[in-house]
Amino acid sequence: MATAEATRATGRHPAAPGAKATGRRRQGRGPARHVVLAGLVVLVLLTVAPLLVVALNAVKSPADYAAHGPLGMPHSVYLRGIADFWNRVDFGRKLLNSFLVSAAVAVGGVILSVLNAYALGIGRVRGRTWFLVFFLVANLLPQEVLVYPLYYVSKSLHLYDTLTIVIIIFIVIQGSFGTYLLTSVYASFPGELLDAAEVDGAGRFRVLWRIVVPVSRPTLSVLLTFFFVWTWNEFFLPLVFLISSDQQTVPVALGVLQGERMMDATTTSASALLGIVPAVLFFLIFQRTLTRGVMAGSVK
Amino acid sequence: MTATAVGGGTGDTRALPPTPPGPPAPTRRRSARRRGYLVFLLPGILLSVGVIVVPLVMTVGVSFTRWTGIGRPQWIGLRNYSRLVRDENFWASFEHIALLILAMAVLPTLIGLVLAAVLFDYVAKVVGPRTASLLRAGLYLPQVLPVAVSGIVWGWILHPSYGALNSILDRLHLRALAVNWLGDPKYALYSVMAIMVWVQVGYPVVMFMSGLSRVDPELYEAADLDGASWWQRFSRIAVHLIRPEIYVVLVTTTIAGLKIFGQIFVLTRGGPGNATLVPSYFAYKNYFEKAAVGYGSAISTVLTLIIVLLTVVFLRIQARGQRMDGS
Repeated sequence: MATAEATRATGRHPAAPGAKATGRRRQGRGPARHVVLAGLVVLVLLTVAPLLVVALNAVKSPADYAAHGPLGMPHSVYLRGIADFWNRVDFGRKLLNSFLVSAAVAVGGVILSVLNAYALGIGRVRGRTWFLVFFLVANLLPQEVLVYPLYYVSKSLHLYDTLTIVIIIFIVIQGSFGTYLLTSVYASFPGELLDAAEVDGAGRFRVLWRIVVPVSRPTLSVLLTFFFVWTWNEFFLPLVFLISSDQQTVPVALGVLQGERMMDATTTSASALLGIVPAVLFFLIFQRTLTRGVMAGSVK
Repeated sequence: MTATAVGGGTGDTRALPPTPPGPPAPTRRRSARRRGYLVFLLPGILLSVGVIVVPLVMTVGVSFTRWTGIGRPQWIGLRNYSRLVRDENFWASFEHIALLILAMAVLPTLIGLVLAAVLFDYVAKVVGPRTASLLRAGLYLPQVLPVAVSGIVWGWILHPSYGALNSILDRLHLRALAVNWLGDPKYALYSVMAIMVWVQVGYPVVMFMSGLSRVDPELYEAADLDGASWWQRFSRIAVHLIRPEIYVVLVTTTIAGLKIFGQIFVLTRGGPGNATLVPSYFAYKNYFEKAAVGYGSAISTVLTLIIVLLTVVFLRIQARGQRMDGS
């Protein structure tokens, strides 16, 4: 792409210093270029501004906030607000709950997707189109249409207000999406590999474990990542099922605290920052996985 | 549904020959290849029946009853639905959803198309791909936040007494503009819409940029040689070629709009009054606050029907689009 562009570029304006360094000549249209770029930068800054304002005020003392308002730079880094909020809601516990649920759902969802997709994509069991439609619809259903019976039944099974019930439900919901996606990947799985294994006398399970799973690992790691992040961010079902404070996940704990009297500007910012940081960390960590996975998908 | 699907087998479109009961040798090999896989589907079937099929059927069933969640449901036929049709809150919740779909699906798609084209076609080439991906990451950032957290961020920024926005307006001597963004029925829904545009815009930008990278640069060069303007190139070639991405974005964001719950719960709880009431929150209120489980089930059933219908329609359109491309 870059070379095609370079040969096409006419270089009417020997542009920015950066371009000179790379020795590439680029087409720049003088002022227009700066206007477009400046507009975009302003737009992006406006997009991230709310998060920056939150970060700014999360490390400000209430007195500082009262004196200089939301946009003043903090006079000193004040971490008491964050620490107080952390202790008051037992945030470590919430992080652990969120992590347990998300990790269990990611692993369980991928296993379920692999089993289903193995039967549908490679095994081509009868009626697989209908199964696929079912799994697609299962993933798209509004959770409101499932929630009350699940709530009712989980109470009678003594699973209400446990992480277990939330994990089971999300394994099925995320696994439905995974099945849908992975079946189309497995439908074009190289047949020679399967034939060779069959000649060697490998059973169905052995083929799955020794050949299908290793070969499709890039796709599986993408699924794992998606399931983890999606489950981490889920709100509705955890809100309904996890009512006691020591079972709550991060979004639920933060969500139900809103509108409580004890919240003021700096405490709210502190709580929001505690919600933002893990999400952004996952984004940065997983971006590598995702980029690699997407590329692996396109090579296929 | 699952039971018929197991026995039916009509959907198998693969070019496999039909397998008679006593097949000759070569066919038996093929059917042997297919045998033994059903067991891998068993956990999926069992879990789906327990978590999806049974609850779905129960909710549809309960929607024909009056039930507080305790004791036996009392059969009342279609009365929940006739009440629904006359309930102005129900209609209002769907009007709000229409506006939220505008804010979550339509506007982000349009804005995303322009931004993706500028980033991919202009910034990446004129300034450099690193700048383009940095800007893209900034636009995408709101997408990675849990809905509850973005709700908290905006709930605070727009708070009438200690929110950042009004205090900024105050300092700029624009007190007159400082309204109660989420607490005034006149503005609440529009404030939520603006927040949703902010949340959503990164998703189409990322999807469309990856779509644009599929477009063969030679097509652009040919268009350049023909003297096409940048806008013509964009609207005639790029938009046409990334149609699959546009479909996917529109479908997924529209369905997300129909299902919206988290932001509404955290930002406004459907209020003030019912100014930002949406179907999912309406159902939630009936289930868990008013103990009107039958009525809540009816709302959920209607919402489900709409989503399933929409999915079918979109899948049809998409399939037709693909056939046209193929011919």
